Amino acid sequence: MTNAAKVPALKLEAVRKHFGHVAVVDGIDLLVERGEFFTLVGPSGSGKTTLLRLIAGFERPDSGRIELAGRDVTSIPPYQRETNTVFQDYALFPHMSVADNIGYGLRIKGVARQTRDKRVQNALDMVRLSGLGGRRPNQLSGGQRQRVALARAVVNEPEVLLLDEPLGALDLKLRQEMQIELKQIQKEVGITFVYVTHDQEEALTMSDRVAVMSSGRIQQIGTPVEVYEQPATEFVADFIGISNILLRDGVRFVVRPEKIRMLAEGEPADVGMTVEPGRVAQVVYAGMTTRYIVHLDRGEQLVAVRQNMDAQDNAQKFEGQPVRLAWTSDHTYVLGKGEVDSR
Amino acid sequence: MSIETIRQPRPKSAGAVRFSGFLWRLPWLRPLLLLTPPLAWFVVIYFASLALLLISAFWTINPFTTQVVQQWNLDNFRIILTDSTYWTIIGRTVLTASLVTITDAVLAFPLAYYMARVASRRVQTLLFAAVLLPLWASYLARVYAWILILNHDGLLNWSLHSIGLPPANIGYTNTAMWLVFSYIWLPFMIIPTYAALERVPESLLDAAADLGARRWRTVRDVVLPLALPGVVAGSIFTFSLTLGDYITPILVGGANSNFIGNVVYANIGIANNVPFAAALTTVPVAIMVVYLTIAYKLGAFEAL
Repeated sequence: MTNAAKVPALKLEAVRKHFGHVAVVDGIDLLVERGEFFTLVGPSGSGKTTLLRLIAGFERPDSGRIELAGRDVTSIPPYQRETNTVFQDYALFPHMSVADNIGYGLRIKGVARQTRDKRVQNALDMVRLSGLGGRRPNQLSGGQRQRVALARAVVNEPEVLLLDEPLGALDLKLRQEMQIELKQIQKEVGITFVYVTHDQEEALTMSDRVAVMSSGRIQQIGTPVEVYEQPATEFVADFIGISNILLRDGVRFVVRPEKIRMLAEGEPADVGMTVEPGRVAQVVYAGMTTRYIVHLDRGEQLVAVRQNMDAQDNAQKFEGQPVRLAWTSDHTYVLGKGEVDSR
Repeated sequence: MSIETIRQPRPKSAGAVRFSGFLWRLPWLRPLLLLTPPLAWFVVIYFASLALLLISAFWTINPFTTQVVQQWNLDNFRIILTDSTYWTIIGRTVLTASLVTITDAVLAFPLAYYMARVASRRVQTLLFAAVLLPLWASYLARVYAWILILNHDGLLNWSLHSIGLPPANIGYTNTAMWLVFSYIWLPFMIIPTYAALERVPESLLDAAADLGARRWRTVRDVVLPLALPGVVAGSIFTFSLTLGDYITPILVGGANSNFIGNVVYANIGIANNVPFAAALTTVPVAIMVVYLTIAYKLGAFEAL
């Protein structure tokens, strides 16, 4: 197999799934490369979890084709697929110890006890839970359970690892720590990750590529930078980041909040900048940054963000004040016309 | 409109306000008020009668007058432990109760599994009704129905005859008892098993499949261990209900179908030897204590 590296880890062709009359997954084509960290992001009900369950084999597609490492698995049950899943609720077996949970997949495959114990130990070390193998899942914290779920999946060295909002139940701080750790583990083991989340920041932080989903369809596939800086549709622009969409001279475009300058009174704009007057409707202090919600005199609303370089005790004083916003055309991104709300 | 038209909550009487404030200030009072009636019932009626039973087991009767003699002795227990007749009866009772329990567990599990995990909401409701409906009919009516089935000229033999098979003739035997008990107590096994199976999260079954387990392997490794407390809880019902029964042995049993309960009944009603009956009653109580201890160790009470 000289061209093994060229075979994608996962390939979907026109995959469709209906629940009743609703097309939950509505014709998805997808290619995920080997070793890639690929994220499906979208609001709840966008079909991302169903798509993941189709890949795992828990659901059968109505039509279409699913390939894992070049092998057609469309009609193969989950227990014969080279995928493993980290579930949203972790789905650890409560009646088994942590080590037995992690070793369950290997036990079924008939891996000899000694090898199994060793691999379980390695997996425990990898998720930094060495020494907790004898515990029951209910004796662990949420973060620890999450790690066990990860170890239980990774230890089988699947072709593709599927993660269904694995950090959803953790608090913000722990979630951010786990984001970094997950990414690190993924690099270490080199397994292809397909990751589902509704958290756009999480998607941008961790992924090599992101697919933004809405109503069972993929709106855009690209690197985090592409998806953020060059959103293909209004939906993507709105979902990834803050919705700052303007219509000027028949052209709809996005200006990201951090790229808007708020001009001081009498301050001249740089050459080539677009300037629009407005009034600050609300000032939202968010620790690292402050958000200014500005009603433009021409009618729309824009959000501008400023780093809180100095103490911002007086930021509130802007509320209700007139202000001029400025941006360069380099920092705007024109949205495709036909794709906006065609449904 | 004026402000008076707005509906005001009816003002509470001063007494009610004072009482609820009183309860709020004395947090131990509320549970005390709630628990006093059931605890009084439990202690006075239940424990007292049980204690009286245990005490009278150590008394005896005057064989000529059949008057109870309140004199401490172990004669009753010595008779029970040394007379092989009683051993046979105890053995029969425990064996039947065990067989009934196993039969019910085997029958209930697939049905409970179907109800909990496969059936649609509608079918589930229908099955629930079907399982619980017999409990609305009198116990006696249901046992008599079985007599009609198992009789020499009953439905069973008639059916066997009409398809050319020899008659089974299991009416008035221990087999008939086993059949009837298994039928009568089956709902008590289905419901707790169903409750335990329903509580197994779907994602655990997905996880097992995801890790390579086929359906049967999933049932063995995941579903059964997690449903076991429910099955054990159900077995407490089927086992203890069979253990204490004396009506079914009279109605569908044969000459050698006496249960512990029948001997107790005979000693109270016919022989008028209440102390001996009391001593004999401690046997199923002791058996249930052992059984419940094992059930507790298996985690059955977490599923109730």
